[in-house]
Amino acid sequence: MNIIVCIKQVPDTTEVKINPETNTLVREGVDSVINPFDMYAIEEAVRLKERYGGKVTLLSMGPPQAEAALREALALGGDEAVLLSDRVFAGSDTWSTSLVLARAIEKIKEFDLVLCGKQASDGDTAQVGPGIATHIDLPQATYVRKIDTVHLDADPRVIVVERLLEDGYELLELQLPALLTVVKEINEPRMPSLRGKMAAKKAKIPVWNNEDLGIDEKTIGLKGSPTQVVKVFSPPRKTGGKVFQGDPQETVPRLFEEIKELF
Amino acid sequence: MSGIRVYPEKCVGCGACVPVCPVSAITLKEKKAIIDLDKCTLCGACVSACSFDAIEIVREEPAGRRDFSGYRGVWVFAEQRDGEISPVAYELLGKAQELARVRNSYVGALLLGSGVRDRALQLIERGADKVYVADHPDLAHYISENYTKVIVELVEKHKPEIILAGATTTGRSLVSRIAVNLYAGLTADCTGLDIDPDTNLLVQTRPAFGGNIMAQIICPHFRPQMATVRHKVMPESPVDSSRQGEIIDAEIPAQLRDPRIKFLDFFREMTSTVNIAEADVIVSGGRGLQDAKNFSLIEELAETLGAAVGSSRACVDAGWIPYSHQVGQTGRTVCPKVYIACGISGQIQHLVGMQSSDVIVAVNKDPDAPIFQVADYGIVGDVLKVVPLLTAQFKDALARK
Repeated sequence: MNIIVCIKQVPDTTEVKINPETNTLVREGVDSVINPFDMYAIEEAVRLKERYGGKVTLLSMGPPQAEAALREALALGGDEAVLLSDRVFAGSDTWSTSLVLARAIEKIKEFDLVLCGKQASDGDTAQVGPGIATHIDLPQATYVRKIDTVHLDADPRVIVVERLLEDGYELLELQLPALLTVVKEINEPRMPSLRGKMAAKKAKIPVWNNEDLGIDEKTIGLKGSPTQVVKVFSPPRKTGGKVFQGDPQETVPRLFEEIKELF
Repeated sequence: MSGIRVYPEKCVGCGACVPVCPVSAITLKEKKAIIDLDKCTLCGACVSACSFDAIEIVREEPAGRRDFSGYRGVWVFAEQRDGEISPVAYELLGKAQELARVRNSYVGALLLGSGVRDRALQLIERGADKVYVADHPDLAHYISENYTKVIVELVEKHKPEIILAGATTTGRSLVSRIAVNLYAGLTADCTGLDIDPDTNLLVQTRPAFGGNIMAQIICPHFRPQMATVRHKVMPESPVDSSRQGEIIDAEIPAQLRDPRIKFLDFFREMTSTVNIAEADVIVSGGRGLQDAKNFSLIEELAETLGAAVGSSRACVDAGWIPYSHQVGQTGRTVCPKVYIACGISGQIQHLVGMQSSDVIVAVNKDPDAPIFQVADYGIVGDVLKVVPLLTAQFKDALARK
């Protein structure tokens, strides 16, 4: 079973701080990490490979430094990695980003499954996974919390997954090749092994630019992206909360008086 | 060529742009900002941070302007399960009426399902002028591929100017496919939608980075302008049974069902009866509860208030409560009217999932816990003592009502 995992390098939110004077995010000196949701996609791919054979290819679009995220993912059990990097990709919104990833997946050609995290922790859109599926015309299941069964001997080959909803979950059967986005519940990612780290260090990661992918430049980057960010600002932060300290016998009635009208 | 430019004559070297860059691409050299183009992703954070208009994102306009005069109407995707329309649809209808008034156009609602045609009246009562109904056994359960096919055909035929859907697991997955099919712009998880009076464009405001920054997004050269809208942010449109509207039966595509994907079953799964995504009040428990059995204190307060039960990641990881209750970055983002955090210290990953709640109440024994920075009201104290007292007080008040 050949699996492609799409990952994104994001700033580490556990290190992000707010400057209280300017109300802006302080990102200086913040480390870059693999998007936390992608960790579950990587782990699931490695588990499927261990069970059914095949290989795991990691794919990321980003500036040259995103190579570090791919290397980290290789250490977790990936076999190969490709970085998609080109000045003309910069400024791509979810429409164009999913197009670039889709064309790269088609160039890799041999795959049974594409896995993505449910969303990235910086943009929070959850649009790129379904976007890739649509550009390639693959069946999709989003918010997958469990892969129930894989029938590789069946014709057609199918996979049965549990898709998490607001009020429960549904069971879907998809023909392969397919695309899944996964949620945290699906597994517990492992730590990188020493051998994995060594192999990742030595791995050659090819960089594909748009000459390799041959995408019409009118459809990517700032120019091809339908959405435009006009302004970024910090939301007003709450100040002056009423916090009571002391004996609960006294503080609870005081709090109750303040909030009773809310119910 | 599109790109980013620093105007050295305007740049005063204040450095405000340096810390806001998410990829650390900006440095100061001889009191001027220098952007490393190998790192820059053209996100625009620095442009907004600069008080001197010294940084600009240069966009090459698409060649040959398209004519959008034929695009009219504000459409809403009316999500439903088993014929029951999701309340987020009524929230969208309220906003859609407001936008349609400004644009001097109409509100359309999309109703897909099996045996749902008579529900169109509910959408009309809530503000739809036209309801496009696709009623077919193969649409009984949501399958993004099949729903996309129906909606893309409708959009191509009727050309709405704006399409809104709830930012739910269904809405987000569906409209992503539709937008890619149509080559339309899509903004996720909006908390604000307005029409710019000068350009008549839809200005979409959304939180990013877990709500720590807000972005305003437009879509000038593509139609329709599409957005998913966060649940519980906009008020529901009230029922007006005197409203009139038109019901339009959508054409069912010949190849409706994608044979590659099959719905097998649905399982309802909520340990408490109230769904945290829909709840007006959420009572959440954290590590401060110390033991799985103490979660019953949270459940009792929630039951008294008719609230849903939420949890921090720590309790889910400890196996005290199922994942479906987890609030925060790797769980759900919620936006209730009241959020009561009990024994939750307020790590940033939790805060991003609940800080846009209308009123936040916190109970924690550590006065320096970050949860108090976002709380409107709080008690510094032991949750195991405070929560039962609070429950008793509410029970007492309700009994006297």
